[in-house]
Amino acid sequence: MTPDLEQTPLLSVELLNKSFGRQQACRDVSFDLWPGEVLGIVGESGSGKSTLLNAIAGRLSVDSGKVLYRTGANSIIDLASASDAQRRHLMRTEWGFVQQHARDGLRMGFSAGANIGERLMALGDKHYGKLRDTALDWLQAVEIAPERIDDLPRTFSGGMQQRLQIARNLVTRPRIVLMDEPTGGLDVSVQARLLDLLRRLVQEHNVACIVVTHDLGVARLLAHRLMVMRRGQVVEAGLTDQLLDDPQHAYTQLLVSSVLSV
Amino acid sequence: MKQAYETSATLAGYNFAFLDEQTKRMLRRAILKAVAIPGYQVPFGSREMPLPYGWGTGGMQVTAAVIGAKDVLKVIDQGADDTTNAVSIRRFFVRMTNVATTEKTREATLIQTRHRVPETPLSEGQILVYQVPIPEPLRWLEPRETETRKMHALSEYGVMHVKLYEDIAQHGHISTAYDYPVLVNGRYLMRCSPIPKFDTPKLHMNPALQLFGAGREKRIYAVPPYTEVKPLDFEDHPFEIERWPEDCALCGAHDSFLDEVILDDKGGRMFVCSDTDYCGERREAGHTGRMSAPYKAEAAE
Repeated sequence: MTPDLEQTPLLSVELLNKSFGRQQACRDVSFDLWPGEVLGIVGESGSGKSTLLNAIAGRLSVDSGKVLYRTGANSIIDLASASDAQRRHLMRTEWGFVQQHARDGLRMGFSAGANIGERLMALGDKHYGKLRDTALDWLQAVEIAPERIDDLPRTFSGGMQQRLQIARNLVTRPRIVLMDEPTGGLDVSVQARLLDLLRRLVQEHNVACIVVTHDLGVARLLAHRLMVMRRGQVVEAGLTDQLLDDPQHAYTQLLVSSVLSV
Repeated sequence: MKQAYETSATLAGYNFAFLDEQTKRMLRRAILKAVAIPGYQVPFGSREMPLPYGWGTGGMQVTAAVIGAKDVLKVIDQGADDTTNAVSIRRFFVRMTNVATTEKTREATLIQTRHRVPETPLSEGQILVYQVPIPEPLRWLEPRETETRKMHALSEYGVMHVKLYEDIAQHGHISTAYDYPVLVNGRYLMRCSPIPKFDTPKLHMNPALQLFGAGREKRIYAVPPYTEVKPLDFEDHPFEIERWPEDCALCGAHDSFLDEVILDDKGGRMFVCSDTDYCGERREAGHTGRMSAPYKAEAAE
């Protein structure tokens, strides 16, 4: 049984469609995500990247298609048709979602420690001392000074907020983390540090990631595999280096050539 | 004028207990549903009452729906029978129903309360009606009503612990002192109206029927007799009630909720029972406190 399961993807999206009125945001998108793999989705703004991500996470209802997820208990769930209860449970246990703007993903009125502990408390962890120890460990893991544990996120810099958001998501050791422009809006040096950190954490915890970005540099550094989207369709997909070094589709060629040096 | 109210059954031109029968029926349906699902907030069509929102319109509507001609009504506000809110509401129901009123917890069949549970234990057959300003325990954590309803439906109450965590992180202990969040019957998270957390354990397995009415927010919920009510806490920071440095200055009670009264600008203070009926009853029974001698003797101190 086990080798077979190793051969099945963690997540497979089949012919996903989503439109807003006449505007088709995602058209027949299909892909597989394997355990521990980092998949990058690139494309210009308005190409349907974020819509796709939100549809996968169940934040948007899809028009048609399947989002099949293999759970930790090795059963397959179609998230597109799963019940609210099931989906919301997965979202705070086996899944994580890192928002572009940290303040959307954090509870700004609560301290860093409370933010990290929230998912654990939602799962029934009711020991203050242990919650605090876990929070301290995670602050260290994302390079935030432990003495900031009781500070509010709004006293943090943008980069720190983003790292706090990552810690808050990884605390339940999710199997998939979706990231929407995780480095958007950060200055270049902070971006580099965050990318290093992300790469390390993803490797250490063996989480599969879907990273939406318009920055090919980020994609090159983080992603094992890339998908290029344009007008709601996937125009090209493949290994990151292969795709960036030898783009086949005209749009990908345009995208790659528009960046000075990747 | 006063004589007229007492002689006529109810005030001319008004239905018994102010509300019309259809409205009372609607309220009773909501109350029955609330009793059937302990802790669940049942929406109802709240009516305009002859006093402003926030003064107990929800509690009054619940009282009006359950009151009968044979009921004995007690109304308290912060434990006291003689404060403005309690006096007005009691007088309103006397004019509208001509029921007997009492200040004695033991004698009352129906008690409407604002912010306290009487110290004298309640018994079977009694009904305690709470006035509730904000019924939704998750309101300050999640502003969307659609979302909080979903959270209740799926028992997603982890975020409430985030608030308690924050209390401990900032103050070293759970500093929520009133309106303490409780889990009713192991299922619904409930706000027990702004009673001090001292009163929270009294809700647990109480033989009386407890009804909660929020007029502005249009919600009714209930804790039926002998229902489990568990305050949320942490394993290493268990739920605790308030303690006072002194006993009641008038009746010497050490087991009741005490109000601190500032006596002068030289640091003089006294602690006194907030439940006036309980305090009075104890004094009648011969209990005395530090200041229960004539007041002049105390002032000399």
